[in-house]
Amino acid sequence: MNVPDNLKYTKDHEWIRVEGDHAFVGVTDFAQGELGDVVFVEIETEGESLDKEEVFGTIEAVKTVSDLFMPVGGEVIEVNPGLEDSPDLVNKDPYGDGWMVKIKISDSSELEELLDPGAYKELIG
Amino acid sequence: MKNTAFTKFHESLGARMVPFAGYNMPIEYSGINDEHITVRKKVGVFDVSHMGEFWVTGPKAFDYLQYVTSNDVSKLVDGKVQYSCFPDGNGGIVDDLLVYRFGEEKYLMVVNAANIEKDWEWCLKNAAKFGITEGHGIENASAETAQLAIQGPMAMKAMQKLTDENISEMEFYTCREMPFAGICSVIFSTTGYTGAGGCEIYVKNEDAEQLWKAVFEAGEEFGIKPVGLGARDTLRLEMGYCLYGNDIDHTTSPIEAGLGWITKFTEEKDFIDKELLAKQKEEGVQRRLKGFVMIDRGIPRKDYDIVNEDGDIIGKVTSGTMSPMMKKGIGMGYLQKGYWKSETEILIKIRNKNLKAEVVKLPIYKK
Repeated sequence: MNVPDNLKYTKDHEWIRVEGDHAFVGVTDFAQGELGDVVFVEIETEGESLDKEEVFGTIEAVKTVSDLFMPVGGEVIEVNPGLEDSPDLVNKDPYGDGWMVKIKISDSSELEELLDPGAYKELIG
Repeated sequence: MKNTAFTKFHESLGARMVPFAGYNMPIEYSGINDEHITVRKKVGVFDVSHMGEFWVTGPKAFDYLQYVTSNDVSKLVDGKVQYSCFPDGNGGIVDDLLVYRFGEEKYLMVVNAANIEKDWEWCLKNAAKFGITEGHGIENASAETAQLAIQGPMAMKAMQKLTDENISEMEFYTCREMPFAGICSVIFSTTGYTGAGGCEIYVKNEDAEQLWKAVFEAGEEFGIKPVGLGARDTLRLEMGYCLYGNDIDHTTSPIEAGLGWITKFTEEKDFIDKELLAKQKEEGVQRRLKGFVMIDRGIPRKDYDIVNEDGDIIGKVTSGTMSPMMKKGIGMGYLQKGYWKSETEILIKIRNKNLKAEVVKLPIYKK
Protein backbone atom coordinates (compact mmCIF):
# COMPACT_ATOMS: atom_id res chain seq x y z
CA MET A 1 0.00 0.00 0.00
CA ASN A 2 1.40 3.34 -1.05
CA VAL A 3 1.64 5.86 1.82
CA PRO A 4 3.99 8.68 0.76
CA ASP A 5 6.25 10.17 3.46
CA ASN A 6 5.66 13.81 2.55
CA LEU A 7 1.90 13.85 3.31
CA LYS A 8 -0.35 14.03 6.36
CA TYR A 9 -3.44 11.80 6.70
CA THR A 10 -6.87 11.64 8.32
CA LYS A 11 -8.85 8.75 9.79
CA ASP A 12 -11.27 9.25 6.90
CA HIS A 13 -8.52 8.12 4.50
CA GLU A 14 -7.71 11.49 3.03
CA TRP A 15 -4.29 13.01 2.49
CA ILE A 16 -3.13 16.61 2.57
CA ARG A 17 0.00 18.06 0.98
CA VAL A 18 0.93 21.42 2.48
CA GLU A 19 2.61 24.09 0.33
CA GLY A 20 3.00 27.23 2.43
CA ASP A 21 -0.45 28.35 3.55
CA HIS A 22 -2.09 26.34 0.75
CA ALA A 23 -2.64 22.63 0.54
CA PHE A 24 -3.86 19.93 -1.84
CA VAL A 25 -6.34 17.33 -0.58
CA GLY A 26 -7.26 13.91 -1.95
CA VAL A 27 -8.11 10.36 -0.91
CA THR A 28 -5.48 7.73 -0.16
CA ASP A 29 -4.41 4.75 -2.21
CA PHE A 30 -6.05 2.54 0.43
CA ALA A 31 -9.33 4.47 0.07
CA GLN A 32 -9.44 4.20 -3.72
CA GLY A 33 -8.73 0.48 -3.46
CA GLU A 34 -11.59 0.00 -1.03
CA LEU A 35 -13.97 2.12 -3.11
CA GLY A 36 -13.26 0.35 -6.38
CA ASP A 37 -13.90 2.19 -9.65
CA VAL A 38 -14.61 5.83 -8.91
CA VAL A 39 -17.30 7.00 -11.34
CA PHE A 40 -18.25 10.46 -10.11
CA VAL A 41 -16.72 13.17 -7.94
CA GLU A 42 -19.03 16.06 -7.06
CA ILE A 43 -17.49 19.12 -5.42
CA GLU A 44 -19.56 22.29 -5.40
CA THR A 45 -17.91 24.14 -2.54
CA GLU A 46 -15.39 26.17 -4.52
CA GLY A 47 -15.08 29.59 -2.90
CA GLU A 48 -16.57 28.43 0.40
CA SER A 49 -14.84 28.51 3.76
CA LEU A 50 -15.38 25.28 5.64
CA ASP A 51 -14.42 23.97 9.06
CA LYS A 52 -12.27 20.97 9.74
CA GLU A 53 -14.30 17.77 9.13
CA GLU A 54 -17.04 19.59 7.23
CA VAL A 55 -18.19 17.91 4.01
CA PHE A 56 -16.66 19.52 0.90
CA GLY A 57 -17.92 17.04 -1.68
CA THR A 58 -19.02 13.53 -2.54
CA ILE A 59 -17.21 10.65 -4.18
CA GLU A 60 -19.18 7.87 -5.87
CA ALA A 61 -17.93 4.44 -6.78
CA VAL A 62 -20.06 2.00 -8.77
CA LYS A 63 -21.75 0.68 -5.64
CA THR A 64 -21.21 3.35 -2.99
CA VAL A 65 -21.54 7.05 -2.19
CA SER A 66 -19.14 8.63 0.34
CA ASP A 67 -18.69 12.13 1.69
CA LEU A 68 -15.38 13.98 1.46
CA PHE A 69 -14.28 15.82 4.61
CA MET A 70 -12.01 18.80 5.12
CA PRO A 71 -8.84 17.57 6.86
CA VAL A 72 -8.36 21.08 8.28
CA GLY A 73 -10.46 24.23 8.13
CA GLY A 74 -9.99 26.53 5.16
CA GLU A 75 -11.29 27.99 1.93
CA VAL A 76 -11.75 25.77 -1.12
CA ILE A 77 -9.91 27.75 -3.77
CA GLU A 78 -9.72 25.23 -6.60
CA VAL A 79 -11.38 21.96 -7.64
CA ASN A 80 -9.42 19.50 -9.78
CA PRO A 81 -10.94 20.12 -13.24
CA GLY A 82 -9.68 16.77 -14.54
CA LEU A 83 -12.08 14.79 -12.36
CA GLU A 84 -15.18 15.89 -14.23
CA ASP A 85 -14.36 13.84 -17.30
CA SER A 86 -11.96 11.36 -15.70
CA PRO A 87 -13.03 10.44 -12.17
CA ASP A 88 -10.92 7.31 -12.61
CA LEU A 89 -7.84 9.50 -12.04
CA VAL A 90 -8.61 8.93 -8.36
CA ASN A 91 -7.94 5.21 -8.90
CA LYS A 92 -5.00 5.64 -11.24
CA ASP A 93 -3.08 8.34 -9.40
CA PRO A 94 -4.64 9.09 -5.99
CA TYR A 95 -1.72 11.22 -4.75
CA GLY A 96 -1.09 13.02 -8.06
CA ASP A 97 -3.57 13.72 -10.87
CA GLY A 98 -6.40 12.41 -8.70
CA TRP A 99 -6.24 15.25 -6.19
CA MET A 100 -9.61 16.73 -5.22
CA VAL A 101 -9.28 20.30 -3.99
CA LYS A 102 -6.73 23.00 -3.30
CA ILE A 103 -7.47 24.88 -0.08
CA LYS A 104 -6.22 27.94 1.76
CA ILE A 105 -5.57 26.80 5.32
CA SER A 106 -7.20 29.04 7.93
CA ASP A 107 -5.46 27.71 11.02
CA SER A 108 -2.22 25.83 10.48
CA SER A 109 -2.20 24.54 14.06
CA GLU A 110 -4.92 22.07 13.00
CA LEU A 111 -2.29 20.32 10.88
CA GLU A 112 -0.70 19.00 14.05
CA GLU A 113 -3.81 16.93 14.81
CA LEU A 114 -3.41 14.92 11.58
CA LEU A 115 -1.81 11.50 11.27
CA ASP A 116 1.78 11.16 10.11
CA PRO A 117 2.56 8.43 7.56
CA GLY A 118 3.57 5.95 10.27
CA ALA A 119 0.34 6.42 12.22
CA TYR A 120 -1.74 6.13 9.03
CA LYS A 121 0.02 2.90 8.03
CA GLU A 122 -0.86 1.53 11.45
CA LEU A 123 -4.49 2.58 10.98
CA ILE A 124 -4.88 0.67 7.71
CA GLY A 125 -2.90 -2.29 9.00
CA MET B 1 -21.19 -18.55 5.43
CA LYS B 2 -21.37 -21.07 2.59
CA ASN B 3 -18.78 -21.42 -0.14
CA THR B 4 -19.54 -22.41 -3.72
CA ALA B 5 -17.58 -25.07 -5.56
CA PHE B 6 -15.58 -22.23 -7.16
CA THR B 7 -14.70 -20.18 -4.07
CA LYS B 8 -11.07 -21.27 -4.00
CA PHE B 9 -10.61 -20.00 -7.57
CA HIS B 10 -12.04 -16.58 -6.67
CA GLU B 11 -9.76 -16.31 -3.69
CA SER B 12 -6.66 -17.37 -5.60
CA LEU B 13 -7.47 -14.77 -8.28
CA GLY B 14 -7.54 -12.08 -5.60
CA ALA B 15 -11.25 -11.28 -5.89
CA ARG B 16 -12.82 -8.99 -3.34
CA MET B 17 -15.20 -11.33 -1.52
CA VAL B 18 -18.45 -10.29 0.18
CA PRO B 19 -21.24 -12.12 1.95
CA PHE B 20 -24.25 -12.38 -0.36
CA ALA B 21 -27.39 -14.40 0.37
CA GLY B 22 -25.43 -16.51 2.85
CA TYR B 23 -22.66 -17.23 0.37
CA ASN B 24 -19.10 -15.99 0.23
CA MET B 25 -19.16 -14.42 -3.26
CA PRO B 26 -16.79 -12.38 -5.45
CA ILE B 27 -17.96 -8.79 -5.97
CA GLU B 28 -15.10 -7.82 -8.28
CA TYR B 29 -11.73 -8.96 -9.60
CA SER B 30 -10.12 -6.46 -11.98
CA GLY B 31 -12.72 -3.73 -11.35
CA ILE B 32 -16.42 -3.45 -12.05
CA ASN B 33 -16.06 -1.25 -15.15
CA ASP B 34 -13.37 -3.44 -16.70
CA GLU B 35 -15.39 -6.59 -16.05
CA HIS B 36 -18.55 -4.97 -17.39
CA ILE B 37 -16.87 -3.94 -20.62
CA THR B 38 -15.28 -7.39 -20.96
CA VAL B 39 -18.77 -8.93 -20.98
CA ARG B 40 -20.16 -6.38 -23.47
CA LYS B 41 -17.21 -6.72 -25.87
CA LYS B 42 -15.64 -10.16 -25.31
CA VAL B 43 -16.54 -12.82 -22.77
CA GLY B 44 -16.80 -12.99 -18.99
CA VAL B 45 -17.52 -15.76 -16.50
CA PHE B 46 -19.79 -15.49 -13.46
CA ASP B 47 -20.03 -17.98 -10.64
CA VAL B 48 -23.79 -18.27 -10.17
CA SER B 49 -23.70 -21.44 -8.10
CA HIS B 50 -25.54 -19.65 -5.32
CA MET B 51 -28.75 -19.77 -7.41
CA GLY B 52 -31.32 -22.34 -6.34
CA GLU B 53 -32.43 -25.35 -8.39
CA PHE B 54 -35.70 -27.20 -7.76
CA TRP B 55 -36.59 -30.23 -9.87
CA VAL B 56 -40.27 -30.91 -10.49
CA THR B 57 -41.17 -34.33 -11.89
CA GLY B 58 -44.04 -36.70 -12.42
CA PRO B 59 -47.56 -36.74 -13.86
CA LYS B 60 -48.68 -33.66 -11.87
CA ALA B 61 -45.60 -31.55 -12.62
CA PHE B 62 -47.24 -29.59 -15.44
CA ASP B 63 -50.46 -28.76 -13.55
CA TYR B 64 -48.47 -27.74 -10.50
CA LEU B 65 -46.17 -25.41 -12.46
CA GLN B 66 -49.13 -23.84 -14.25
CA TYR B 67 -50.60 -23.07 -10.84
CA VAL B 68 -47.54 -21.79 -9.02
CA THR B 69 -45.89 -19.74 -11.82
CA SER B 70 -47.31 -16.84 -13.82
CA ASN B 71 -46.12 -17.72 -17.33
CA ASP B 72 -47.84 -20.29 -19.57
CA VAL B 73 -46.01 -23.60 -19.11
CA SER B 74 -47.99 -25.14 -22.00
CA LYS B 75 -45.85 -23.01 -24.33
CA LEU B 76 -42.77 -24.95 -23.26
CA VAL B 77 -41.49 -27.87 -25.31
CA ASP B 78 -38.59 -30.15 -24.40
CA GLY B 79 -35.39 -28.13 -24.36
CA LYS B 80 -37.12 -24.78 -23.98
CA VAL B 81 -36.65 -22.30 -21.12
CA GLN B 82 -39.08 -19.68 -19.84
CA TYR B 83 -38.78 -16.60 -17.61
CA SER B 84 -41.54 -16.50 -15.01
CA CYS B 85 -42.47 -15.46 -11.49
CA PHE B 86 -44.23 -16.83 -8.42
CA PRO B 87 -47.24 -14.61 -7.56
CA ASP B 88 -47.56 -14.45 -3.76
CA GLY B 89 -51.33 -14.73 -3.24
CA ASN B 90 -51.63 -11.04 -2.30
CA GLY B 91 -50.76 -9.48 -5.62
CA GLY B 92 -47.01 -9.35 -4.94
CA ILE B 93 -44.10 -11.48 -6.11
CA VAL B 94 -42.39 -14.28 -4.15
CA ASP B 95 -39.52 -14.47 -6.66
CA ASP B 96 -38.69 -14.41 -10.34
CA LEU B 97 -37.30 -17.58 -11.88
CA LEU B 98 -36.51 -19.67 -14.94
CA VAL B 99 -38.50 -22.79 -15.80
CA TYR B 100 -36.77 -25.44 -17.91
CA ARG B 101 -38.59 -28.30 -19.59
CA PHE B 102 -36.61 -31.50 -20.11
CA GLY B 103 -39.59 -33.78 -20.66
CA GLU B 104 -43.34 -33.91 -20.34
CA GLU B 105 -42.89 -34.84 -16.68
CA LYS B 106 -39.52 -33.28 -15.94
CA TYR B 107 -38.94 -29.60 -15.21
CA LEU B 108 -36.31 -27.49 -13.46
CA MET B 109 -36.98 -24.21 -11.65
CA VAL B 110 -34.02 -21.88 -11.09
CA VAL B 111 -34.57 -19.28 -8.36
CA ASN B 112 -32.67 -16.45 -6.70
CA ALA B 113 -30.07 -17.30 -4.08
CA ALA B 114 -31.46 -14.91 -1.49
CA ASN B 115 -34.88 -16.55 -1.75
CA ILE B 116 -34.05 -20.26 -1.82
CA GLU B 117 -35.50 -21.07 1.60
CA LYS B 118 -38.56 -18.87 1.22
CA ASP B 119 -39.24 -20.21 -2.29
CA TRP B 120 -38.77 -23.79 -1.19
CA GLU B 121 -41.33 -23.39 1.59
CA TRP B 122 -43.70 -21.63 -0.79
CA CYS B 123 -43.31 -24.33 -3.43
CA LEU B 124 -43.89 -27.15 -0.92
CA LYS B 125 -46.90 -25.41 0.58
CA ASN B 126 -48.56 -25.10 -2.82
CA ALA B 127 -47.48 -28.57 -3.98
CA ALA B 128 -49.55 -30.48 -1.44
CA LYS B 129 -52.84 -30.17 -3.31
CA PHE B 130 -51.19 -31.76 -6.35
CA GLY B 131 -50.01 -34.70 -4.24
CA ILE B 132 -46.45 -33.47 -4.61
CA THR B 133 -44.19 -33.62 -1.56
CA GLU B 134 -40.48 -33.30 -0.93
CA GLY B 135 -38.76 -36.24 -2.60
CA HIS B 136 -41.99 -37.16 -4.39
CA GLY B 137 -42.31 -34.84 -7.37
CA ILE B 138 -40.18 -31.97 -6.07
CA GLU B 139 -36.55 -31.91 -5.06
CA ASN B 140 -34.23 -29.13 -3.90
CA ALA B 141 -30.89 -29.66 -5.66
CA SER B 142 -29.48 -26.21 -4.82
CA ALA B 143 -26.69 -27.43 -2.56
CA GLU B 144 -25.35 -30.02 -5.02
CA THR B 145 -25.48 -27.86 -8.14
CA ALA B 146 -22.73 -25.54 -9.38
CA GLN B 147 -23.34 -23.09 -12.20
CA LEU B 148 -21.29 -20.79 -14.40
CA ALA B 149 -22.71 -18.07 -16.63
CA ILE B 150 -20.45 -17.45 -19.63
CA GLN B 151 -21.62 -14.19 -21.16
CA GLY B 152 -20.60 -11.93 -24.01
CA PRO B 153 -20.38 -11.84 -27.81
CA MET B 154 -17.49 -14.36 -27.86
CA ALA B 155 -19.02 -16.74 -25.31
CA MET B 156 -20.58 -19.28 -27.68
CA LYS B 157 -17.55 -19.37 -29.97
CA ALA B 158 -15.29 -20.04 -26.99
CA MET B 159 -17.59 -22.71 -25.53
CA GLN B 160 -17.99 -24.49 -28.88
CA LYS B 161 -14.40 -25.67 -28.45
CA LEU B 162 -15.51 -27.76 -25.47
CA THR B 163 -18.26 -29.85 -27.07
CA ASP B 164 -19.10 -31.80 -30.22
CA GLU B 165 -22.72 -30.65 -30.06
CA ASN B 166 -23.49 -27.75 -32.37
CA ILE B 167 -24.30 -25.09 -29.81
CA SER B 168 -24.29 -22.24 -32.32
CA GLU B 169 -27.59 -23.53 -33.72
CA MET B 170 -29.27 -23.40 -30.30
CA GLU B 171 -31.91 -20.70 -30.09
CA PHE B 172 -32.05 -18.17 -27.27
CA TYR B 173 -33.63 -19.60 -24.10
CA THR B 174 -33.16 -23.25 -24.96
CA CYS B 175 -31.31 -26.02 -23.14
CA ARG B 176 -29.69 -29.38 -23.75
CA GLU B 177 -28.07 -32.02 -21.62
CA MET B 178 -24.74 -32.83 -23.23
CA PRO B 179 -21.19 -34.05 -22.64
CA PHE B 180 -19.04 -30.97 -22.16
CA ALA B 181 -15.36 -30.35 -21.39
CA GLY B 182 -14.85 -34.04 -20.60
CA ILE B 183 -17.76 -34.05 -18.14
CA CYS B 184 -20.21 -36.77 -19.14
CA SER B 185 -23.31 -34.59 -18.71
CA VAL B 186 -23.96 -30.90 -18.09
CA ILE B 187 -27.06 -28.77 -18.57
CA PHE B 188 -26.15 -26.25 -21.23
CA SER B 189 -28.60 -23.39 -21.62
CA THR B 190 -28.56 -20.31 -23.82
CA THR B 191 -29.70 -18.01 -21.07
CA GLY B 192 -28.21 -15.23 -18.95
CA TYR B 193 -29.02 -11.92 -17.34
CA THR B 194 -26.62 -9.53 -19.05
CA GLY B 195 -28.12 -8.89 -22.49
CA ALA B 196 -24.73 -9.74 -23.98
CA GLY B 197 -25.59 -13.26 -25.18
CA GLY B 198 -23.92 -16.46 -24.11
CA CYS B 199 -24.87 -19.42 -21.97
CA GLU B 200 -25.23 -20.85 -18.51
CA ILE B 201 -23.86 -24.26 -17.59
CA TYR B 202 -25.03 -26.41 -14.66
CA VAL B 203 -22.90 -29.22 -13.25
CA LYS B 204 -22.69 -31.28 -10.09
CA ASN B 205 -20.32 -29.81 -7.52
CA GLU B 206 -17.76 -32.57 -8.12
CA ASP B 207 -17.42 -31.52 -11.78
CA ALA B 208 -17.10 -27.82 -11.02
CA GLU B 209 -13.32 -27.62 -10.94
CA GLN B 210 -12.99 -29.35 -14.31
CA LEU B 211 -15.58 -27.00 -15.81
CA TRP B 212 -13.90 -23.83 -14.48
CA LYS B 213 -10.48 -24.81 -15.82
CA ALA B 214 -11.79 -25.85 -19.23
CA VAL B 215 -13.88 -22.69 -19.64
CA PHE B 216 -10.95 -20.39 -18.92
CA GLU B 217 -8.59 -22.37 -21.12
CA ALA B 218 -11.05 -22.29 -24.03
CA GLY B 219 -11.73 -18.59 -23.54
CA GLU B 220 -8.13 -17.47 -23.21
CA GLU B 221 -7.73 -16.54 -26.89
CA PHE B 222 -10.90 -14.43 -26.62
CA GLY B 223 -9.73 -12.46 -23.59
CA ILE B 224 -11.98 -14.25 -21.08
CA LYS B 225 -12.09 -12.84 -17.54
CA PRO B 226 -13.87 -13.69 -14.31
CA VAL B 227 -16.68 -11.27 -13.43
CA GLY B 228 -18.16 -10.52 -10.01
CA LEU B 229 -21.54 -9.57 -8.62
CA GLY B 230 -20.79 -5.85 -9.06
CA ALA B 231 -20.74 -6.03 -12.84
CA ARG B 232 -23.58 -8.56 -12.84
CA ASP B 233 -25.70 -5.79 -11.35
CA THR B 234 -24.57 -3.02 -13.72
CA LEU B 235 -25.03 -5.31 -16.75
CA ARG B 236 -28.58 -6.35 -15.83
CA LEU B 237 -29.50 -2.76 -15.02
CA GLU B 238 -28.32 -1.46 -18.42
CA MET B 239 -30.82 -3.92 -19.90
CA GLY B 240 -33.59 -2.95 -17.48
CA TYR B 241 -33.85 -6.48 -16.08
CA CYS B 242 -35.48 -6.67 -12.65
CA LEU B 243 -33.52 -7.59 -9.55
CA TYR B 244 -35.60 -9.23 -6.86
CA GLY B 245 -35.36 -7.26 -3.62
CA ASN B 246 -34.76 -4.01 -5.51
CA ASP B 247 -37.22 -3.69 -8.38
CA ILE B 248 -39.68 -6.41 -7.48
CA ASP B 249 -40.81 -7.92 -4.17
CA HIS B 250 -43.94 -8.74 -2.19
CA THR B 251 -45.18 -5.13 -2.50
CA THR B 252 -44.98 -4.96 -6.31
CA SER B 253 -47.27 -6.77 -8.73
CA PRO B 254 -46.02 -8.34 -11.95
CA ILE B 255 -48.28 -5.95 -13.87
CA GLU B 256 -46.81 -2.87 -12.16
CA ALA B 257 -43.31 -4.26 -12.72
CA GLY B 258 -43.81 -4.56 -16.49
CA LEU B 259 -43.90 -8.35 -16.23
CA GLY B 260 -47.30 -8.62 -17.89
CA TRP B 261 -45.54 -10.44 -20.72
CA ILE B 262 -44.80 -13.36 -18.39
CA THR B 263 -48.27 -13.30 -16.78
CA LYS B 264 -50.63 -15.29 -19.01
CA PHE B 265 -54.39 -15.26 -18.58
CA THR B 266 -55.44 -18.14 -20.80
CA GLU B 267 -58.56 -20.14 -20.06
CA GLU B 268 -56.69 -23.39 -19.50
CA LYS B 269 -54.28 -21.90 -16.97
CA ASP B 270 -55.33 -21.46 -13.35
CA PHE B 271 -52.69 -19.82 -11.18
CA ILE B 272 -52.19 -17.97 -7.90
CA ASP B 273 -53.57 -14.39 -8.10
CA LYS B 274 -54.95 -14.97 -11.61
CA GLU B 275 -58.16 -13.07 -10.91
CA LEU B 276 -56.53 -10.21 -9.04
CA LEU B 277 -53.82 -9.70 -11.67
CA ALA B 278 -56.28 -10.01 -14.57
CA LYS B 279 -58.29 -7.21 -12.98
CA GLN B 280 -55.15 -5.08 -12.69
CA LYS B 281 -54.30 -5.71 -16.29
CA GLU B 282 -57.80 -4.80 -17.43
CA GLU B 283 -58.31 -1.74 -15.23
CA GLY B 284 -54.76 -0.51 -15.32
CA VAL B 285 -52.39 0.16 -12.44
CA GLN B 286 -51.46 3.37 -10.63
CA ARG B 287 -47.71 3.00 -11.01
CA ARG B 288 -45.28 1.30 -13.36
CA LEU B 289 -41.66 0.27 -13.19
CA LYS B 290 -39.71 2.21 -15.81
CA GLY B 291 -36.12 2.81 -16.86
CA PHE B 292 -34.61 6.27 -17.01
CA VAL B 293 -31.41 8.01 -18.04
CA MET B 294 -30.00 11.08 -16.30
CA ILE B 295 -29.89 14.27 -18.35
CA ASP B 296 -28.07 16.22 -15.62
CA ARG B 297 -24.86 14.88 -14.16
CA GLY B 298 -25.57 12.59 -11.24
CA ILE B 299 -26.02 8.98 -10.23
CA PRO B 300 -29.42 7.74 -9.08
CA ARG B 301 -29.39 5.25 -6.19
CA LYS B 302 -31.96 2.91 -4.65
CA ASP B 303 -34.57 4.73 -2.52
CA TYR B 304 -33.91 8.22 -3.90
CA ASP B 305 -37.17 10.09 -4.44
CA ILE B 306 -38.45 10.90 -7.91
CA VAL B 307 -40.30 14.24 -8.08
CA ASN B 308 -42.13 16.43 -10.60
CA GLU B 309 -41.48 20.09 -11.38
CA ASP B 310 -43.46 21.16 -8.32
CA GLY B 311 -41.34 18.96 -6.11
CA ASP B 312 -44.15 16.47 -5.43
CA ILE B 313 -42.99 12.91 -5.01
CA ILE B 314 -44.07 10.84 -8.03
CA GLY B 315 -41.98 7.73 -7.45
CA LYS B 316 -38.94 6.07 -6.00
CA VAL B 317 -35.72 4.76 -7.50
CA THR B 318 -35.42 0.98 -7.09
CA SER B 319 -32.03 0.51 -8.83
CA GLY B 320 -29.43 2.97 -10.03
CA THR B 321 -25.84 3.18 -11.15
CA MET B 322 -23.41 4.87 -13.51
CA SER B 323 -23.72 3.01 -16.81
CA PRO B 324 -20.24 1.83 -17.81
CA MET B 325 -21.25 1.84 -21.49
CA MET B 326 -23.20 5.11 -21.62
CA LYS B 327 -21.13 6.96 -18.99
CA LYS B 328 -24.36 8.38 -17.65
CA GLY B 329 -26.41 7.79 -14.56
CA ILE B 330 -29.17 5.25 -15.23
CA GLY B 331 -31.87 3.69 -13.10
CA MET B 332 -35.25 2.09 -12.69
CA GLY B 333 -38.08 3.14 -10.47
CA TYR B 334 -41.82 3.07 -9.99
CA LEU B 335 -43.54 6.10 -11.49
CA GLN B 336 -47.05 7.37 -10.86
CA LYS B 337 -49.60 7.41 -13.64
CA GLY B 338 -49.04 10.38 -15.90
CA TYR B 339 -45.25 10.26 -15.66
CA TRP B 340 -44.31 6.88 -17.07
CA LYS B 341 -44.49 7.50 -20.81
CA SER B 342 -41.18 7.37 -22.68
CA GLU B 343 -39.41 10.71 -23.08
CA THR B 344 -41.20 12.17 -20.05
CA GLU B 345 -38.86 14.39 -18.09
CA ILE B 346 -38.67 13.52 -14.40
CA LEU B 347 -36.49 14.77 -11.55
CA ILE B 348 -34.37 12.59 -9.29
CA LYS B 349 -33.70 13.99 -5.85
CA ILE B 350 -29.97 13.53 -5.33
CA ARG B 351 -28.53 15.11 -2.17
CA ASN B 352 -31.23 17.79 -2.02
CA LYS B 353 -30.92 18.73 -5.65
CA ASN B 354 -33.56 17.82 -8.21
CA LEU B 355 -31.69 16.56 -11.26
CA LYS B 356 -33.27 16.01 -14.65
CA ALA B 357 -33.74 12.54 -16.12
CA GLU B 358 -35.73 11.08 -18.99
CA VAL B 359 -37.97 8.02 -19.00
CA VAL B 360 -36.76 5.59 -21.68
CA LYS B 361 -37.90 2.39 -23.34
CA LEU B 362 -36.03 -0.76 -22.33
CA PRO B 363 -33.31 -1.75 -22.73
CA ILE B 364 -31.79 1.35 -21.17
CA TYR B 365 -28.52 0.68 -23.02
CA LYS B 366 -29.18 0.25 -26.72
CA LYS B 367 -26.38 -1.36 -28.70
